[in-house]
Amino acid sequence: MAERVNPLATGRPVYLVDGRRTPFLRARGVPGPFHAADLAFQAARTLLYQQPFTPDQFDQVILGCVMPGADEANIARIVALRLGCGEKTPAWTVQRNCASGLQALDSAAQEIASGRSDLVLAGGVEAMSHAPLLFSEAMARWLGRFNQSRGAAAKLRSALAFRPTLLQPVVALLRGLTDPVVGLNMGQTAEVLAHRFAISREHMDGFALRSHQRLAAAQDEGHLDEIEPVYDFNGGHYAADDGLRRDTTMEKLARLKPVFDKPFGKITAGNSAQITDGAAWLVLASENAVERHGLGVLGRVRDSQWAGVDPRQMGLGPVHAMAPIMTRNGLDSTDINYWEINEAFAAQVQACLSAWADADYCRQELGLAQAFAPIDEQRLNIDGGGISLGHPVGASGARIVLHLANTLKRTGARRGLASLCIGGGQGGAMLIEGVD
Amino acid sequence: MQAQTKDPDLYSVIDADNVAWLHFNKRDSSANVLSAAVLEAFYAELLRLTEMAPRGLVLLSDKANGFIAGADVHEFARLENRDQALAAIQRGQEVFDRLAALPFPSVALIHGFCLGGGLEMALACRYRIARDDAATRLGLPEVRLGIHPGFGGSARLVPLVGAPRAMDLMLSGRSIDARRARGMGIVDYALPERHLQEAARRLILEPPPPRRATRLQRLSNHPWARPALASLFRRQVGKKARPEHYPAPYALIDLWREHGDDPRAMMHAEAESVADLIVNPTAQNLIRAFQLQEALKALGRDSSFRPRHVHVVGAGIMGGDIAAWCALRGMQVTLSDQSPERIAPAIKRAAALFKAKLKRPQPIQAAMDRLMPDHRGLGVARADVVIEAIFEDAQAKRELYRRIEPQMQSHALLATNTSSLPLQQLREGLQRPGRLIGLHFFNPVAKMQLVEIVRDEHSDETCVSQAIGFTRRIDRLPLPVSSTPGFLINRILMPYLLEAVELETEGIPASEIDRQALAFGMPMGPIKLADTVGLDICLHVAEILSVHLETDVPQRLRDLVARGRLGRKSGHGFYRYNKGKAVKQKLPRGYQSDAGIMDRMLLRLLNEVVACLREGVVADTDQLDAGMIYGTGFAPFRGGPCHYIRSIGADILYQKLQAFEQSHGRRFRPDTGWDEMAGFTRRDQETEHPC
Repeated sequence: MAERVNPLATGRPVYLVDGRRTPFLRARGVPGPFHAADLAFQAARTLLYQQPFTPDQFDQVILGCVMPGADEANIARIVALRLGCGEKTPAWTVQRNCASGLQALDSAAQEIASGRSDLVLAGGVEAMSHAPLLFSEAMARWLGRFNQSRGAAAKLRSALAFRPTLLQPVVALLRGLTDPVVGLNMGQTAEVLAHRFAISREHMDGFALRSHQRLAAAQDEGHLDEIEPVYDFNGGHYAADDGLRRDTTMEKLARLKPVFDKPFGKITAGNSAQITDGAAWLVLASENAVERHGLGVLGRVRDSQWAGVDPRQMGLGPVHAMAPIMTRNGLDSTDINYWEINEAFAAQVQACLSAWADADYCRQELGLAQAFAPIDEQRLNIDGGGISLGHPVGASGARIVLHLANTLKRTGARRGLASLCIGGGQGGAMLIEGVD
Repeated sequence: MQAQTKDPDLYSVIDADNVAWLHFNKRDSSANVLSAAVLEAFYAELLRLTEMAPRGLVLLSDKANGFIAGADVHEFARLENRDQALAAIQRGQEVFDRLAALPFPSVALIHGFCLGGGLEMALACRYRIARDDAATRLGLPEVRLGIHPGFGGSARLVPLVGAPRAMDLMLSGRSIDARRARGMGIVDYALPERHLQEAARRLILEPPPPRRATRLQRLSNHPWARPALASLFRRQVGKKARPEHYPAPYALIDLWREHGDDPRAMMHAEAESVADLIVNPTAQNLIRAFQLQEALKALGRDSSFRPRHVHVVGAGIMGGDIAAWCALRGMQVTLSDQSPERIAPAIKRAAALFKAKLKRPQPIQAAMDRLMPDHRGLGVARADVVIEAIFEDAQAKRELYRRIEPQMQSHALLATNTSSLPLQQLREGLQRPGRLIGLHFFNPVAKMQLVEIVRDEHSDETCVSQAIGFTRRIDRLPLPVSSTPGFLINRILMPYLLEAVELETEGIPASEIDRQALAFGMPMGPIKLADTVGLDICLHVAEILSVHLETDVPQRLRDLVARGRLGRKSGHGFYRYNKGKAVKQKLPRGYQSDAGIMDRMLLRLLNEVVACLREGVVADTDQLDAGMIYGTGFAPFRGGPCHYIRSIGADILYQKLQAFEQSHGRRFRPDTGWDEMAGFTRRDQETEHPC
C-alpha cells in the first residue's frame, strides 16, 4: 500500500476554507418539507454570501447524492445554477452510497491537488424522506402491454390481465438499503458484526445514549455554528438537528424491539442511524485561490483512502480505509486528536473499535504486524453522530469532515480522521490537519 | 427581399414566397400605439398591398416590448365631442374591416404587449400566433379607461371563442399570456421565438380553415341564451363595479345582449356606445388617471441607477412584503431580522405571493431563490439599496443606521419605510446624513402601486433620484413628497378617518358611514379601513399628526383602544369580526340616511388637500391626484381630489366649509390655501355629486 502514489501528499496543498450544513431533519413517514436540491441550495447560499469571491469563480461544483428526485438528474448542476455559480461552472454528481459526500470532497481535493482546479464547492445531500414509491416491474410490464395492444378486443384482453397486487409499491428506500449481491439489508450486516465481535445489546444502547447526550451538549455549548437555518414555504423554519432525544434513557432504549432480525436480533431503531434529510457543503481551495481571494482556512486535506470489504460486514469499512492512511503517514491512534466514524449502527462503530485494536484482525485482515492503539472514545464523535442527528446517506460524509475541521479549529488541535462505512462493502476515510 | 415603403411608422417587405411582412415601428416611441396617423398609414398600405396581390400578409412589430399596446390614449383625452369620437371610432372600424376583408390570408405575429386596439387588429386577421414567454400579454383593457372595445373587438371575439370567455376578458380588462390565449382559442398557436416565422409562413402558404367557436360556445350566443347570460354577467360585474360609477361594462353587456348574433349591428352599436362613454366624465377621469400614472412613471425615466441587490431590515408585514415584491420584480433580496423565527412568516407570505403571480413552478422557485432569509444581516455589505422597515422608534432606527452604514457600499441607497417619523430626526448621527431617503410603501405592498419618496432640503439629490429610479425598477409609482408629518397620503386620509369616527360617536351607524363612502366610490369605507389598519395604529398616527394639524383625536378612538378593541386583528373594533369578516350591523328601524355624512368626511379630506398644496408637500395638483388614486384608491373615476374640487368648484366647497365651521367647530375652518384655489371654480352647472 505504501508504494502507491498519494496525490494529496505529492500534489498541491488542498485547503478547507469554510463550510455550512442544514440541520438534519428526521423523516417522519411522509415526504419532508424540502427536496434534495432545496436543502443543498439553502445550505450553500449563505455560505457563498460569506465568501469574498463571487459564486461564478468556482472551477467545479461536486455534490454527492445517492437518490436524487426524479426531476433532479445531475443534482449538482441544478443546485450550482440556482446558486448563481453560472453557466460556465461545470458541476457533477457523485454516488458512492453512504460516502457520497466524502467522495465529493475527495474528488474536489484531487482536482485541486492535481492542479486542474483552484476553487471547488463540494458537499453531499440526501432527502431520504422523499425516496420514491415505485411501481413493480410486473406492473410496468402490464402497463406496457396494455398501451401496446391495438383494437378493443386486445385492449380488453390486456385489461383483464390486471391484478390488484400489481399496485403493491416498491419502497425505493428499503431497496436502496439492501445489498443486492449478498441479500442482506444494512441492519442485518450490523447484526453480523454484533455477533462476530460479541457486542451486547446493552453496550450498543449505551453507545446510542451517549450519542444523544453528546449532541445535546454540543447544542447547548454552541458547537454547531455550522448549521444554517432552512425555511419552508409554509412559515416553518428549522434551525437544529431534530433527531435528538434529550429524554432518552437506557430503559427507554432497552424497550425497543429489533427491527431487522426479528425476534432475536439486537439492532433496534434506537441504536441505528436515523432516516434523515440534510445537506452539507465545504469550499475547497488551492494555495493560489487562498492567496488570491484572501481566504480564511479551516484546515488542510492531508490524505484519503477508499477500501473494499466483505459486503456482509460492510460496517468494518472504516478500519480498512483508515489503516493505510495511518501506515502511510507513520501515525498511531494517539497521533489523531479527533475521530469521526459515521454512526450507521452503534454495533458497527463498536465493531470497528474492536477490530482496530485487535492484533489478530490487524494481522489477518489488514496484513499489519500488530494492532493499532485503541481509539480513545472521548475523542470519537464528540458531538454526536448518525444515531442522534441522523444519517442522510449522501450528506454524512461531508458533514463529518466539516464538523471535524470545525472541531480542530475550535480546539486548536492538529489532526483529525473521518471515516464512513459504505453499503455494498466499502470504507472511505479522510485525514485532515488543522492550520495555525 | 426589399423594403417597399417609407412611411415613418410602418413598412412592408415582400419575401421570395411572395408573402408580405408588414412591420409596425412607430417613430419616436418605444411602443407601437394606434394613433390616427398610424391607422391611416396602415390603411394606405393595405390598399397598396391588395393591389400587389401577395400570397398573404403577416403583421408584426419591430418594437422589443411588444406588438401593439393599444389605441393612443392621449388622443382620447383630446376628443372634444361625441361626433368627433364617433368619427374616429368608425374610421378605425373601417380600417380593420378592410384588413378582415383581404382576399388573401393574414396573420398577426404577436409578441409582448398586444392590448386593446392591438388585439382588435389581430382579431381582424385570419390567424394569430403569439410568442410563448413571460412578456407576452394579450387583453382588452378598455373598461379600465371607462370604455369598451370599439374597433370591432367584441363583434369579432364573441364568434371566435363564445360569449362567456369573450365577455370575461372584456369585462374584467385583465390580460392573459400566450398559452392561456391558445387555450381560450384567441390565438392559433403559442410558440417559442424559434418557430414564429416558420409558423406564419406555413399558415399563409397552406392556410387551414380559420378557427371559430365550438358548437357549445356558439350556443351561448343564441338569442334565447343571451338574456340569462347577460344577467349573470351583470351580477359578476356588480361585485366589482357599480353601474353609476363604471357604466362601460354594463353598456357592453347590453349591446351584446341586443346584437350578439349580428356582427354588423354589433359593430355599429359598439361605435355608438364607445362614443357615448368616451365623452362621459367617467372615461375622461379614468383616462386622466392613466395619464397621471404615466407621468409618475416618467419621473424615473432618466435614472441610470441599476440596483440589483436589495437588503431589507425588519421582516414584519411591511418589510417582509417589500422584500417579496422586490424579489418578484427580479431583484436579489436579503431579508434580515433578529432571528429566523421572525423571518419565517415573511417567507410564507412571499411564497403565496409568488404562487399567485407567477403560477408556474420554475419562475416561483427562481423568485424564492432570489429572496434570502438573512438573520445575520450579511446582505447589507452587498446591497445597492438598503431599506429599513423596523418598528417606529427613532432611537432604534438611528442605532440601526449607525451599525449598518459603515458596512454599506458607498453608492448604496439607504432608505426608511417610516410612515410617521421625519427624516430630520432619523439622519442624526449618519456619516452622510443626506443619503437617508424615505421610501414609504403602502399596505398591502403587492396591491398598492404608490411609493412616497420622502425627502427634505437636506436630502442628497442623487439619492432622491436613485430612490425614484429604484421605485420604477420594481414597477411601483414614485411620488416625491416633503418630509412633513404624515407626508402626503396619510396626512390627507387622517382627517377623513377622524371625521368618520366623530360621526360614529354621534350615533351614525358604522355601516351607514361606510356605505356612503362606497357610494362615493372609495374602495373601502373609512370605519372598516380603520378596523383593518388597526385602531391602535390609527391612534398612534393620529396622535402624531394631530399635533401638527392642530386637531383633536376623538375620545372614542382612545376608549376603544384602551378596551382592547383594536379592529379586525383583535376580533372587535368598530365592527365585530367573525373569522376575519365583519358582522353585518342592522340599521335601526326607520333609520333615515343623512346625505351630509359624506360631505363632512370629504370636506375635511379636501381641506387637508388644500393645506398640503399650500405647504408644498407635493409638487402639484396632478401629482397629488395621482397619489390619492394610486395610494388610497380614491375614486379613480372622479379623477382625484384636486380634479374633484375643480369639478364641484372651489368657491362652493369653501362656502360649505365655512358653514360646517359654524355648525361643527374649528376642525372645519377652511385652510388659508383656499385663497389660492381661485382657478378651481366650477366650470359647469351639473351637480350630481355630494358636496
